[in-house]
Amino acid sequence: MSTARPTRRPYLIIGLLLLAVAAVTAWDASTMRIRANYGVGADAASYLVAVFFCALAVGHFVAAFWGPGTTVEEIDLRAVGWVALALASLVAAISLGAGFILGTTLLFAFTARAFGRRAFLADVLIGAVLGLLVYLLFHGLLTLALPEGPLERLI
Amino acid sequence: METLYLLAGGFESALTLSNLVFAAIGVFIGTAVGVLPGIGPALTVALLLPVTFKLDPGGSLIMFAGIYYGGMYGGSTTAILLNTPGEAASVVTALEGNKMARAGRGGPALATAAIGSFVAALVATIGLAYLSPVLVKVAVKFGPWDYFGLMLLAFVTVSATFGDSPLKGLTSLAFGLWLGLIGIDQLTGQARLTFGVPQLLDGVEVTTLAVGLFAIGETLSVASRHLYSPEQPIPVKGSLWMTREDWRRSFFPWVRGTLIGFPIGALPAGGAEVPTFLSYNIERKLSRRPEEFGHGAIEGVAGPEAANNASAAGTLVPLLTLGLPTSATAAVMLAGFQQYNIQPGPLLFAQHADLVWALVASLFIANVMLLVLNLPLVGLWVKLLKIPLPWLYGGILVFAAMGTVAANPSVVELVLLIAFGAMGFLMRQYGYPIAPAIVGLILGPAADSQLRRALQISQGDPMVLLQHPGSAIMIALAVIALVLPFVFRGLAKMGKDED
Repeated sequence: MSTARPTRRPYLIIGLLLLAVAAVTAWDASTMRIRANYGVGADAASYLVAVFFCALAVGHFVAAFWGPGTTVEEIDLRAVGWVALALASLVAAISLGAGFILGTTLLFAFTARAFGRRAFLADVLIGAVLGLLVYLLFHGLLTLALPEGPLERLI
Repeated sequence: METLYLLAGGFESALTLSNLVFAAIGVFIGTAVGVLPGIGPALTVALLLPVTFKLDPGGSLIMFAGIYYGGMYGGSTTAILLNTPGEAASVVTALEGNKMARAGRGGPALATAAIGSFVAALVATIGLAYLSPVLVKVAVKFGPWDYFGLMLLAFVTVSATFGDSPLKGLTSLAFGLWLGLIGIDQLTGQARLTFGVPQLLDGVEVTTLAVGLFAIGETLSVASRHLYSPEQPIPVKGSLWMTREDWRRSFFPWVRGTLIGFPIGALPAGGAEVPTFLSYNIERKLSRRPEEFGHGAIEGVAGPEAANNASAAGTLVPLLTLGLPTSATAAVMLAGFQQYNIQPGPLLFAQHADLVWALVASLFIANVMLLVLNLPLVGLWVKLLKIPLPWLYGGILVFAAMGTVAANPSVVELVLLIAFGAMGFLMRQYGYPIAPAIVGLILGPAADSQLRRALQISQGDPMVLLQHPGSAIMIALAVIALVLPFVFRGLAKMGKDED
């Protein structure tokens, strides 16, 4: 496994992100109109967290300019892409009304692909059986509603 | 005496058939999921929370107790047979345990881990039963300022005291606190950081965060680094029984591990891995055969495993008596209580005394069940280790999606889950710990309301936090715990410069 040289750049980027979140939080707090009669209002916690974020940002900038840096392992972006596709197809299946079973089938099969499996059709079948079992468990035994699609209405 | 009486009442309700079944299911599922590499006890409880949503509160809390203890047992089996520990707390067990298994002594390694866990959990649960009522008596006198001080201390110990970098731990904590801001403010009814998305008004679910950070983050991390090399579990050969020599060498490490683990877990000192490392180092120093360490010394399995389980049981003390979670698992357990509108804390012992004592009693029962179940069923657990990783992680994601969708069937929730997963992946990639974020999310809103209550009473004077001795001491401790690592590092650096 190859590991990259120590780098300080992540600290700089994370520090900037922390500042951005602090700014958004403080802005959100400034829009709160209801004030408390005693003590402090709902905005106080937001300002406290924003200040905390700023302090952490300073810490990150110190690490970015004077720290020893951090080593970041190289990653296989293709595998990340397959998992992303798996999760995206689940969201798509549920938001388009294709149902839970189809969603989990694709989720399972694409995730297995990300881990180096090549037998896609077999994995689709396993995923479908798993999704069906989970659906029956929730629907029948626990009477919890899972998103339904054409497949689920057949059962 | 009063404790014994209450505990007897607890056993009475825990020993009903349905509660025994719940305990058995919890123990079984907990061990099975704990054995699977990549799933620790926190994720196990988080995944199973939605499944228990419709069950009776008493029964499902008993089940969680079983899952909690079972997950600990399962983790040690993985560490010994696979050398890829499921969570930080069993890293040390893997050091010696895996060497023992490679040397054909897997049976005794598993046995000393199981019996050590049993002894530790037994002693620690007795400690829990006796210490909790005492703490409750103190805690009922706590004012909001004391609670705020206590939470501040918990924030610091969970995120900054241990781990490689306090900066990273605190950043993770800040992320959790920030997520805790999202939603309707309890006191004034104003929306915070919801950006006009109605689904965010109820706030971020702890389970969604935990499942996203742990399950999806872990899957992405393992897949992207090709950590799925076909590592096979080491088959358990020979006898499972420990020899007389093994017993003799294990006994004192068990006792010492328990004595180290329980206080560290019970005091909100944070970090399940700390007592295991401490115990390992002590055993190596005390051993008559230090040369065996690194090559499969049984003391190095017995001590850390006992310390691990004792501290896990110890974590329940602040959780039950103060409502203060000091680990990711405890935070998820707290979410489990809240799902039934039960708020752990001193009032829990007054309002739901029967439930608390039934829970404590079922911890004893779960512990016995684990000892009886674990060793004979070790063949089954080894089979679980042989599930191919592509299917294992596919299954984990299916269960993660199922839990989230069942608890809150909305696409927004699912997108949040995936966003937390991406965040968990990045945090792993850059070395930020996960647990502080989860503790921050669940304790942040509580700290907010305690602070505001304190300031309401003092009419806005922040000095109220320093005028009460309890809160002043805890805030001082928090500041010391925050500054100390930097001082130590500074000293170490100075030492280096002199060399």
